Amino acid sequence: MTETLDLSMFVRRHEGTAHMDLAVEGVGCAGCIRKIEGGLKRLPGVVEARLNFTNRRLAVDWREEELAASDVIAALKDIGYHAHPFEPERAEAEEARHMRWLVKCLAVAGFAAMNIMLLSVSVWSGNAGDMGQETRDFFHWLSALIALPAAAYAGQPFFQSALHAIRARALNMDVPISLGVITALGMSLVETASHAEHAYFDSATMLLFFLLCGRALDHAMRRKTRAVAGNLAALKAEFAHRFDGAELVRVPTVALRVGDRLLVRPGDRVPADGVVLSGISEVDESLVTGETARRAIAAGTNVHAGSVNFSGTLTMRVTAAGTGTLIDEVERLLEKAVTAKSRYVRLADRAARLYAPVVHATAAMTVVGWLAAGASVHDSIVTAIAVLIITCPCALALAIPAVQVVASGALFRAGVILNSGDAIERLSEIDTVIFDKTGTLTLPEPRVDNAASIEPGILEKAARLALSSRHPLATAVAREALERVPFDGAIEEPGEGVRAMIDGLEARLGSPAFCGADAAWDRGDGPGASMIAFSHAGRAVTLVVRQKLRPDAVETAAALRARGLNLIVLSGDRPEAVAPVAVSLGITDWRGGLNPAEKIAAIDALKAQGRRVLMVGDGLNDAPALAAAHVSLSPISAADITQAHADAVFLGERLAPVRDAIALACQARRLMQQNLWLAVIYNAVAVPVAIAGFATPLIAAAAMSGSSILVTLNALRARLSSKQQLVSDAAAVSDQFATESVS
Amino acid sequence: MNVLIYLVPMALALGLTGLASFLWSLKSDQYQDMDGAALRVLDNDDVALDG
Repeated sequence: MTETLDLSMFVRRHEGTAHMDLAVEGVGCAGCIRKIEGGLKRLPGVVEARLNFTNRRLAVDWREEELAASDVIAALKDIGYHAHPFEPERAEAEEARHMRWLVKCLAVAGFAAMNIMLLSVSVWSGNAGDMGQETRDFFHWLSALIALPAAAYAGQPFFQSALHAIRARALNMDVPISLGVITALGMSLVETASHAEHAYFDSATMLLFFLLCGRALDHAMRRKTRAVAGNLAALKAEFAHRFDGAELVRVPTVALRVGDRLLVRPGDRVPADGVVLSGISEVDESLVTGETARRAIAAGTNVHAGSVNFSGTLTMRVTAAGTGTLIDEVERLLEKAVTAKSRYVRLADRAARLYAPVVHATAAMTVVGWLAAGASVHDSIVTAIAVLIITCPCALALAIPAVQVVASGALFRAGVILNSGDAIERLSEIDTVIFDKTGTLTLPEPRVDNAASIEPGILEKAARLALSSRHPLATAVAREALERVPFDGAIEEPGEGVRAMIDGLEARLGSPAFCGADAAWDRGDGPGASMIAFSHAGRAVTLVVRQKLRPDAVETAAALRARGLNLIVLSGDRPEAVAPVAVSLGITDWRGGLNPAEKIAAIDALKAQGRRVLMVGDGLNDAPALAAAHVSLSPISAADITQAHADAVFLGERLAPVRDAIALACQARRLMQQNLWLAVIYNAVAVPVAIAGFATPLIAAAAMSGSSILVTLNALRARLSSKQQLVSDAAAVSDQFATESVS
Repeated sequence: MNVLIYLVPMALALGLTGLASFLWSLKSDQYQDMDGAALRVLDNDDVALDG
């Protein structure tokens, strides 16, 4: 049967050339750029190949009559790179546009701030010296000429957001910012027209410049994590074998339509929800339900996307998503959980709600106070506006984004990719951690449990022989291979095992009977375990394959407990499979055999007690619970819907990122609060000066830059101390990228 | 102080030139791949050493 690869959904056509975007694995050095681009350009028909080294993406244009999309991928594979086509998300393009707009605003504000400061410094030193009034007015008018258009352009991000908030009858930090900038400019213009000594054009533009710096950095960090998440999704994307009468076509699972007939081989993941047409097999549904025992299926049975086909080849028909009873229930619960979730009010917005009324009231009282004290209307208003300018929330508005940027960078290095912007703040508030068992506390794929008790040489031979089989048990054994080279001439006997000649003697891997091993296998070794045998040169060993705990699960559980967190295990697997895991982690509070609704009920009960819950889970059955929890994490191996509802995703085989994420979030929270207090102290000092009428533009400029720098430096401490704290480091994460690309 | 009459426009023009060239570089996608640009300069292909 021939097999062709259909990538048409990723190819965009434009004026006779085809275009495709690819995420490329293994790009690590300068030479890679030339190797990939040069290698592709040598292909007939390739018009352009450009590798973006920063986000590891390749854009290829070619003439379709000379080359097929699959040839491009094959050519890359020949050079030594795995490439995965992907469709750039619309959200990503939107963010790129927004980023460009922010940088433009930043450039304009920077230009204006620098030039106005040049003029202002002359005025300040001139005021102390012998500058004439005409020259000072000229400089003020010049500043106005630069500041007004620049602020009108560069202030847009703040003005728009402030308008948006006011329309929604809410207050955010942008409202006082916009008000401060606009009053400062307006007052300066009036003052300039009346030949006054002080104008605040410099403060207004500098404020915009600082705030735009913070905003652009925040956005850049978010884009970076988004790009990595996009690449990982492309790496994970799976292909299905579509069988339309005569030809077997490999298509990306995203391109599947209802009614497609698919072929699912042993060892493949079921690519979509559907109904089995023919074939008898067992499926491992641990990613769907958390259940580790396999389910027998035959023609007419429903199968769910994400389950692994174990023994026999199946044909199935894709049915509309949500036809299975389980999926139905999950979707219904998800919808309920998402709508029931109250909107989280971020620390910055809470600060703004407190701050704005206080500042505006202070300004109003300044006017009243000075009028009562007999000052002129003009002087009273000027002093009040000076109060507004000096309290303008530069430090306050930078206090939280600066920490956010540094903390999400540190999380990224720890292997945690944030999905939602306020996850850090919510993560710092938790007091209870709920773990799912299958795929979260345990590794997502089964491993050889008794590897340590088998002679390394024999294990290595078994593992290399296992590379020749696609059976899931063999795949588990193959993960033990140090050298990933299969033996020549390996023959697979369907339903039995695989055999090959090693050093002139026959070696067999498969069922105990096939290998002549002792078939007396006692099932008392625990549920969920499977056995596979290996024989070579008259010796036979049995390998126990089962879901193993993540390598650092025990330490991580102990560390989390040491932080004073309550640990709970809620699993969809049978209680007798959950108990040993909970016991080995020292978790006394565990429940098994839960369906999605029961998991939500358990979380709601905890919420009712006033607990704040972090849910860590990977299965489809965990998705509603993730949405219902205060904050949620899921491993990168999680089901797609589950990952989409998690606030953050962690990479790697280890559980340490969960602990790091909580530690970093708490530290970030502390720094945010410190920064807010710094801003309060600054105001406590600066406001009386302004109310008294001593705030000159020079003092305003110095105070504003000083407080902004202080707050930013304080935020950078998250970076310094996170380096010492992290359990999982960058090296471990990059290892993970490598291993994920192998498997 | 008459010197200001041409010095100020000159200073502004220089500043605007800087701003314009930055905006141009932004528009022509020069900040899309910062790491790649740093490595491409090491590439000897244009010197045709190894063809």
